[in-house]
Amino acid sequence: MEDMKDIVLEYVIEEYLEDEDEELTYDTPLISGGIVDSFSMVSLKRFVENKYNISIPDDKATPEAFDTVESIVELVKKYIN
Amino acid sequence: MAFSEKIRNIYKEELKGIEEAGIFKKERYIHSPQAADIEVEFPKGSSLKKVINMCANNYLGLSSHPEVIKAAHEGLDSRGYGMSSVRFICGTQDIHNELERKVTEFLGTEDTILFPSCMDANAGVFEAVLGKEDVMISDRLVHASIIDGIRLASAEHDTFKHSNMKHLEKKLQLHSDKCRRVVITDGVFSMDGDTAKLDEMVALCEKYDAMLFVDDSHASGFIGKTGRGTHEKCGVVGKIDIITTTFGKALGGASGGCVSGRKEIVEMCRQKARPYLFSNTIAPVVVAGVMKVFDILSASTERRDKLEANSTYWRKGLEDAGFVLQPGDTPIVPIMLFNAKLSQDISNDLYEKGIYAIGFFFPVVAKGQARIRTQISAGHEKHHLDKSLGVFIEVGKKYDILGKTKQEIIEMYGL
Repeated sequence: MEDMKDIVLEYVIEEYLEDEDEELTYDTPLISGGIVDSFSMVSLKRFVENKYNISIPDDKATPEAFDTVESIVELVKKYIN
Repeated sequence: MAFSEKIRNIYKEELKGIEEAGIFKKERYIHSPQAADIEVEFPKGSSLKKVINMCANNYLGLSSHPEVIKAAHEGLDSRGYGMSSVRFICGTQDIHNELERKVTEFLGTEDTILFPSCMDANAGVFEAVLGKEDVMISDRLVHASIIDGIRLASAEHDTFKHSNMKHLEKKLQLHSDKCRRVVITDGVFSMDGDTAKLDEMVALCEKYDAMLFVDDSHASGFIGKTGRGTHEKCGVVGKIDIITTTFGKALGGASGGCVSGRKEIVEMCRQKARPYLFSNTIAPVVVAGVMKVFDILSASTERRDKLEANSTYWRKGLEDAGFVLQPGDTPIVPIMLFNAKLSQDISNDLYEKGIYAIGFFFPVVAKGQARIRTQISAGHEKHHLDKSLGVFIEVGKKYDILGKTKQEIIEMYGL
């Protein structure tokens, strides 16, 4: 579980942060906090789908569900199971 | 009546939410032609106020140019007011074709198709030329109309960090299995005023067999030595596959836009682009005006040269005064304030003192990136710039932001 969080966190840092020293935690608001715009969220969705071999329906891949690393991992877990 | 009280209240609540979030937009009524000096009614019902306009897209000062107005009058007299038809039924005049030829020549492309606006060009082009086996890779700061166009298309989409060529290359590698790849960028980014690295992008597109799309709305007519646009500045004329641009900014400022580029792309738009197929094109009066604009620009670079000199003068004046600016060398000069309320307060103070410049904040720009965006025009004379500079300095002193760093301003006002 911690592993999954770290993998997603690492991807978010590399994919979205301009300055990689910026502080980011599991519960930093990504979309409502303006770090990831909802339009660019698509690469994050694709990343977790490919990484964990799952398919998240578009109506479940909401900005709310993708707002923190914590909530993304929760969502991914539902589809892994 | 289907518009019940219940429905009305839902809208009222939604509008209240917009107001409470501080992002409710109010129009200011201008009672004069668009120019450096304008007369404004604001708030609604108040007496007219003479202000210097520092936030128009009237880069070349052609919006109210006498020759353009005369040409538009002649166009109105000779070709009438409207077409009452879309292009492919009976809505195409000889002058529409003539304008397409002039644009092609000016931009150095293969062919051009007019659209009612550049918003329509961007909304229609991707759906017309791409399918689900393709991918669109866009810069994260592209204009909203491009985002709409991408949403309407069936091709997959992805984004890259703003102007980050390493990230773009990674994305091109990631999508190497797609049939067609198109890299999408603005030429000049409207909120920051910076320029896309088109020379590097062309090289990457050649390496990974991708097409390059550029929206040059904030560049056509004045960026580059002869004003052809960002591709001229970057030395890649003839190498951009799709250029979209507007006639609603520097090129007369009325309305209309186009897709210009590879002839097969243009032809696909003529066959399939929905805003072209299902909407009237640009009115004859506007076509006549835009054609005159191209004649003026082809005859002399005087206006773009003056714009460049004005922009350099304005940027240096603000820098010397100690404002924090977004770096760049275009007529878009954003003064960074970071805090949303501060940007609104300063904009209001400027207006009180006769300077019209708007504050932008989230969601128009990223959180913590609030700013006043100033836009310089060839229609500005030195006295306009000097007066504006004086007022900016006066207001800057009031808020004690002159000579302060980004960090110091954030410490004083928060994000």
